[in-house]
Amino acid sequence: MATRAEADFRTRLQNWIPKLVLSPSLAMMLVFVYGFIAFTVYLSFTDSRMLPSYGWVGWENYSKLWRLSHWEISLTNMAIFAGLYIVICTAIGLMLAIFLDQKIRGEGFLRPLYLYPMALSFIVTGTAWKWFLDPGIGLENVMHTWGWESFSFDWIKNRDFAIYTVILAAVWQTSGFVMAMFLAGLRGIDNEILKAAQMDGASNWNLYRRIIIPQLRPAFLSAFVILAHLAIKTFDLVIALTGGGPGRATELPATFMYSYTFTRNQMGIGAASAVIMLITIAAIMIPYLYAELREKK
Amino acid sequence: MAQATQDTAIRTGRVTRTLIYLVLLLFALFYMLPLYVMVVNSLKPLDEITGGGMMNLPEMWTLEPWRKAWSEAQIGVEPTGLKPYFWNSIQMVVPAVALSTVLGALNGYVLTKWRFKYDTILFGLMLFACFIPFQIVLIPMARVLGVLGLAGSVWGLVLVHLVYGIGFTTLYFRNYYAVFPTELVRAAQIDGAGFFQIFWRILLPSSGPIAVVSVIWQFTNIWNDFLFGASFAAGDGAPMTVALNNLVQSSTGVKEYNVHFAGAILAATPTLLVYIVAGRYFVRGLMAGSVKG
Repeated sequence: MATRAEADFRTRLQNWIPKLVLSPSLAMMLVFVYGFIAFTVYLSFTDSRMLPSYGWVGWENYSKLWRLSHWEISLTNMAIFAGLYIVICTAIGLMLAIFLDQKIRGEGFLRPLYLYPMALSFIVTGTAWKWFLDPGIGLENVMHTWGWESFSFDWIKNRDFAIYTVILAAVWQTSGFVMAMFLAGLRGIDNEILKAAQMDGASNWNLYRRIIIPQLRPAFLSAFVILAHLAIKTFDLVIALTGGGPGRATELPATFMYSYTFTRNQMGIGAASAVIMLITIAAIMIPYLYAELREKK
Repeated sequence: MAQATQDTAIRTGRVTRTLIYLVLLLFALFYMLPLYVMVVNSLKPLDEITGGGMMNLPEMWTLEPWRKAWSEAQIGVEPTGLKPYFWNSIQMVVPAVALSTVLGALNGYVLTKWRFKYDTILFGLMLFACFIPFQIVLIPMARVLGVLGLAGSVWGLVLVHLVYGIGFTTLYFRNYYAVFPTELVRAAQIDGAGFFQIFWRILLPSSGPIAVVSVIWQFTNIWNDFLFGASFAAGDGAPMTVALNNLVQSSTGVKEYNVHFAGAILAATPTLLVYIVAGRYFVRGLMAGSVKG
């Protein structure tokens, strides 16, 4: 009798152990991720300024937010930045992957060269490009001492063009990664189909356009999702490269949220902007993750 | 992940090939350019940079900027150099990486070999947590760290990186264990092996590669983090990235570009070393984070 009860207890314990092991992680996730999201959403409807405060103000923070020119600039910059960043990274990544796939001598040497920026902190990247692009000591100055007196490249100090230097540095950092994603896709393509099409006299251009690139659809999708989500989260690069300036010329939603919350003491508005960032990312990530998880079943 | 290494069947002519090589080399130069700029300028005196020689090799080679960046430069108010902040980062990275990897391995084991109702939904929730913009948790996190007395400390950052790193480590181990034969686990169960025994004796011995991927991914991400460091640990407890940014952005005195470049390389060295030593695993981690399965 006693042994049976013991055995029962043991099996029941065995059944509970997996859930017990998982529970600390789940608890942390529920509190620190979903609980915190709920709290920030709540704060976005309150009159919080320097510290959280719980006076309910309804949609006031949101309507204030959408009237701020600062927020409008951040969104316009985000549209320019995300659009160009995604397109350029994808184009460069795809081109480099296709070129590297042509039985290139030294591929093993070139690939890591293209990818190493991904290992660096955006602060390091920002520092390097900041001084390289600085007209006073960087490229412009170098060209002048090399004798090209009229050379001018002051984008980083120019309100109309500074956002493009952020794109340049961001593309430098991640395009190699996109290359690796496309290269993995290319290496998975069945050569038999290509050989058959070659027999039929298809040109290389047509092979790529009609057979190979359509088969890279999953890689395109992953690249888009990853790049879009990186773009929306871009914060450190702007801080290190331009500090959001000149003026507000390179402010993005992430830097907007940070400055409204922590330096301008407008926590309610900061929380509202964070909620909008979350909704944007969720709109991209949730369908993607849902499809990925369903496929695996 | 497509790991096949077959070459394409496409054939190209001589002119095309030359052009391809040319483009590939140009891009190699583009990717190397900032690293070259950082290295050569960290090894020359300041006046060689301000005199327009940013692209030149140093005329007078010197390690002085490195020494200054490491132990003398003004970070915030103290002339401490980056050294104490480098150690802050080490103290933050080691426990955060170790804990998140261990928990990720256990979670992955439970989610694949001890499946229960709704486990996919739970995993989905964990996965989405990897991709949230962290702005959404900054305000409550600052409060909680304050209440716990961890604000401004390295341990606070360990907690933050642990919490927001588990999603990725769980993803890695789950995908890895998903293809591990479940029959082995069931057979061991019939032989009377318990939960931890099975994990320890059967799964763990073959988990080497994915553990490396997880450690590298976590190390790189946590070392390179700036947002959490800047939000929760400005001041003495700041990690390396925050200190480097303070050094470069400081508006007092002469801008010592050579010291900034040396500092940037110091901040980049740990992750670059990992990349050079274990680049293959680094790429696998990146891919697993994007193309799942």
